[in-house]
Amino acid sequence: MENVEQKFQDSVNAEIKIEPRNWMPEAYRKTLIRQISQHAHSEIVGMLPEGAWITRAPSLKRKAILLAKVQDEAGHGLYLYSAAETLGQSREQMINDLHSGKAKYSSIFNYPTKSWADIGAIGWLVDGAAILNQVMLCRTSYGPYARAMVRICKEESFHQRQGFDILLTLANGTPEQKIMCQDAINRWWWPSLMMFGPKDSESSNSDQSMKWKIKRKSNDELRQNFVDMCVQQVKVLGMNLPDPDLKWNEAKQQHDWGEIDWNEFWQVVKGNGPCNKERLEARRNAWDNGAWVREAAAAHAQKQKDKQKQQAA
Amino acid sequence: MKINFLKKYYYGDIPEDKAGGNNTEHQGSNNDWPLWEVFIRSKQGLDHKHVGSLHAADAAMAIENARDVYTRRAEGVSLWVVESKHIHASDAQEADSLYEPAMDKIYRHPTFYELPDEVGHM
Ligand SMILES: [Fe+2]
Ligand SMILES: [Fe+2]
Repeated sequence: MENVEQKFQDSVNAEIKIEPRNWMPEAYRKTLIRQISQHAHSEIVGMLPEGAWITRAPSLKRKAILLAKVQDEAGHGLYLYSAAETLGQSREQMINDLHSGKAKYSSIFNYPTKSWADIGAIGWLVDGAAILNQVMLCRTSYGPYARAMVRICKEESFHQRQGFDILLTLANGTPEQKIMCQDAINRWWWPSLMMFGPKDSESSNSDQSMKWKIKRKSNDELRQNFVDMCVQQVKVLGMNLPDPDLKWNEAKQQHDWGEIDWNEFWQVVKGNGPCNKERLEARRNAWDNGAWVREAAAAHAQKQKDKQKQQAA
Repeated sequence: MKINFLKKYYYGDIPEDKAGGNNTEHQGSNNDWPLWEVFIRSKQGLDHKHVGSLHAADAAMAIENARDVYTRRAEGVSLWVVESKHIHASDAQEADSLYEPAMDKIYRHPTFYELPDEVGHM
């Protein structure tokens, strides 16, 4: 027993990918199922705040772009569900866990999209944060997850660029549009920082995900990359990040920033964010309202099968 | 506020014990449509390559879904779908004994043979 476990760890250390049929510790499998299915749920629930603006996009061009972006997110969810299924978790179980509230998804999607500028801020900040995590995950130790991430990363940079493009247009627009742009940045900045999770120093216990090379960077490392990147980019917009404590640290050669409201963070994780209920309800409704389609398709497939059998007989 | 966690909370991996929601365990009743493996020929002249899987009620729907899920950016010119249950795989646990015999037959590789330079490209 110890032997297989050691062999597994040796493979991981040697950067040899773990594939579905390889032996793996039960806890590795469980961690992956939890993480990949949460990731899939985030892509799916993540369509809701943006989807709310598809009918209200300011031009046909923006509407077509937003539709394509949201459709990509559906695709990301599907790549990830299928990666999780290679670990022996059924699709139905994952969907049930999302709908019952047992499974989690990224808290950022529990915030409302109040104006068109929010669509720009989501693309720039939320997709931007997700990209940093996902680029790291392209090198994760589980083969199907890594391959899904490579596919996703190829599609993500368009998401971030279209968001920045929306903000840039508003930033160069009328005084009202400028205010709208700054307002969206103000509301999305802190929740975006929270996306990276609690500070490293707040987590006690094991770094198991690092040892297994599921994760390759800590929350703080990723958050630091994000802040340094955004400070540069916000200058191009001529806008501000809403943090008076944000400043360059000469010694660290990185930026320092103000304290995140961890109370708000935990409230949203626990289900008390502005839109938690609404999001889950929308998912459950979509599932229930689609029941007749699933039933009809299954009935049609069965009918075709029976027909073929009859013809063969 | 200092909170101690039972588990490490990484970006994108929220520990369940710290999260809200109820914990009703739904057992999957296996109502899922069958699972299909998807293979794409990225351009004429190349092999079909495995890209992932999806659920569909039948083969026609699997191909339509595969087009939407896996070829949104012209990734392919041809699609194969195969119901996953029809795929038979070699045993990963026996990989060593299965493929090891190929390792010591270096004479199967052209580099094994040292020929005079005068032979030219061969
Ligand atoms: Fe995505
Ligand atoms: Fe995205």
